[in-house]
Amino acid sequence: MHFYSKNKRAEEKSFLDAQLDLSPVLKIIEEKRHEKGSLIAILQQAQDIYGYLPLSVLKCIARELGIKPAKVYGIATFYTQFRLQPAGKYQIMFCQGTACHVNGSERIESTLCQELKIKRGETTPDGLFSLESAACLGCCSLAPVMMINGQAYGPLSAEKAIAIIRKIKAAESSSLVGGETK
Amino acid sequence: MKVRLGLGSCGIAAGGLQVLEALQKEMESRGIKLEIQKSGCIGLCHHEPLLDWIEDDGRVFTYGAVDAGRSVEILEAHLAGCGPLEAYLVSSSDEPAEFLQQQLRIVLRNCGRIDPESIDDYRRQDGYSALQKVLAKMSPEEVIEEIEVSALRGRGGAGFLTGLKWKATREAGGLYRYIICNADEGDPGAFMDRSILEGDPHAVLEGMIIAAYAIGAEQGIIYCRAEYPLAVKRLEIAIAQARQKGLLGQRILGSDFSFDISIQQGAGAFVCGEETALIASLEGERGMPRLKPPYPSENGLWGYPSSINNVETLANVPWIIRNGGEAFAALGSRESKGTKVFALAGKIERGGLVEVPMGTTLREIIYGIGGGVKTGRRIKAVQMGGPSGGCIPAELLDIPVDYQSLSNTGAIMGSGGMVVLDESSCMVDLARFFLDFTQKESCGKCVQCRIGTKRMLEILERICQGEGQEGDIELLEELSAHISENSLCGLGQSAPNPVLTTIRYFRDEYEAHIREKKCPAKQCQELLQYIIDPDRCMGCGLCVYACPADCIKGGENNQPYYIEQENCSKCGACLDICPERFAAVRVPGT
Repeated sequence: MHFYSKNKRAEEKSFLDAQLDLSPVLKIIEEKRHEKGSLIAILQQAQDIYGYLPLSVLKCIARELGIKPAKVYGIATFYTQFRLQPAGKYQIMFCQGTACHVNGSERIESTLCQELKIKRGETTPDGLFSLESAACLGCCSLAPVMMINGQAYGPLSAEKAIAIIRKIKAAESSSLVGGETK
Repeated sequence: MKVRLGLGSCGIAAGGLQVLEALQKEMESRGIKLEIQKSGCIGLCHHEPLLDWIEDDGRVFTYGAVDAGRSVEILEAHLAGCGPLEAYLVSSSDEPAEFLQQQLRIVLRNCGRIDPESIDDYRRQDGYSALQKVLAKMSPEEVIEEIEVSALRGRGGAGFLTGLKWKATREAGGLYRYIICNADEGDPGAFMDRSILEGDPHAVLEGMIIAAYAIGAEQGIIYCRAEYPLAVKRLEIAIAQARQKGLLGQRILGSDFSFDISIQQGAGAFVCGEETALIASLEGERGMPRLKPPYPSENGLWGYPSSINNVETLANVPWIIRNGGEAFAALGSRESKGTKVFALAGKIERGGLVEVPMGTTLREIIYGIGGGVKTGRRIKAVQMGGPSGGCIPAELLDIPVDYQSLSNTGAIMGSGGMVVLDESSCMVDLARFFLDFTQKESCGKCVQCRIGTKRMLEILERICQGEGQEGDIELLEELSAHISENSLCGLGQSAPNPVLTTIRYFRDEYEAHIREKKCPAKQCQELLQYIIDPDRCMGCGLCVYACPADCIKGGENNQPYYIEQENCSKCGACLDICPERFAAVRVPGT
């Protein structure tokens, strides 16, 4: 039974992937096809479009460029920028810089994980939050810092970080009650 | 009169855009027309967001920690003629802040002072005059000679002589050559290059065009971190403006020299700061370093000779050409010339961007400019050079900052991250932190680096969890030697540095962790336990509200509270909030 459901999920996923509109990525490939060494740039632009790199897109890029899917996959997994799973609606980038570390970022991150009930690199089941780490966001004098959808928050404490998350959650649930799903 | 706002990434993060919005709204409602200039970061990071009021006579008043309300107050005060508003003033042209006064700014000369999105602003500061001089009066060989006279060394970390690198690239011959700007600033705790790119992108472009002329390149590439979107945007604007003014493209300024620049965004791999890995990444491959020689100056991008220079190195070039190599060589110490930019952060009173002549002592930088330790605690060490560098203990603060003195301590100059640590920083934990970083960033090519860093990390984790064993320190030293000797690139060769320097200067802390299962700095969570002393707890309940893990229970009928240890995240919020007169929350054994 367990295996059956797992296979079914995989089937569903590939079905969803197959539904994906590949025309934008084909357009990018067309533009970049003759540029040497453009594979990373193609993947970057594809991720901008889909929010992540679905398997079907990776396969499509490999097919169109005439290279092995393993190579495309190898590059997509080498660089931390590339994501093979969709990100949450609110993407939390938690800074792992030295200045943040010595100012106690690790404890704040663990309380944040507790609050969201996910680990680093995961997305909450409701798809609202994903937690990722950044080597350094470069705003060291605001340490400890996190960035949510490009907006930086700092200096953080455990309470402040949780208050920010709860505020977003509250805003989200009230907009759902009001019937406005964005 | 005009207003200038510091809108680098850091200024925006601190709330600079809200200030901009408030000011625009206020001016509109009052019907005032006043120019609001957007500048990059001046480096007074501890005072962000910053607002400059510039009088017609050129006097500048800098206000710090500005928010929407304060910005309106400042506007009112100046318009009413009663300014400057002393309460928020942090620096002025008559009386510069201590932080800025003790600096010598060559690379940061324009950062925070000009509009980085305006080429005219840059030209008003003598911008592109070095390029004009080069194209009109100097041969490529003369340019290289000038840089050789200046003894400029690469600011990215390794400190190779720039003139020599250019010469080698030029002499490698061939039809085609590349100039590549390494803007893949990946050291955690370093943000100098970002600030330069955001605050003065044209200086980097000018340096690059001059470099291209010197080595004979027709094409340049800036490899910039994708985590720096604002830097990329400002570079794109700067390149477009330079093309429009004929400073890039065919026959630059009417000369025979043609050159253009493109930007390639990195995809998040620390190892790509290494030049051969950077080239692999530019070629669309996994960013893995290769054996040197051949050096990129002979065999670089697509096999052509390439010179790879750091952002800060290139930003020095226009100044050197304008003022002469000798003027640059007159600054700094015997072996290390010119100035260096440092990103001062950590437990420091006044953090930010610091540019000082080489040879300045660490003490002058940390106490004179940075104002000492923030917390009022004692300084313990300075971490320099990020994951490739090391920790310099407080006893050595009087050493001059130059390439040789720093490497004698076991640390390195690195790209310029300078993180100040106080007594509350655990050195074993810090070593673990950096090893965690290098282990994740190891590209996996060399076995010693791939597996060795993993084993070292495991040992350090064990020590931090109170499961260290006798012999662990020696094992760490042995592994370090193997990894340094047998790794291909700088990442692996220098990965053990944070561990080796902390063992060298703070061996007693390792021993306390291993033998006594204690963390003297009270940082290693596994070795700590927070308890509430029932005799001292007055039942005020402040800790209950502070606790993010909801694990403080009890307190009914004025009974004392207690902590459920299994749910405690050991964040220390209860310890911080418990009023001093009660001091009921304690960490036993410390």
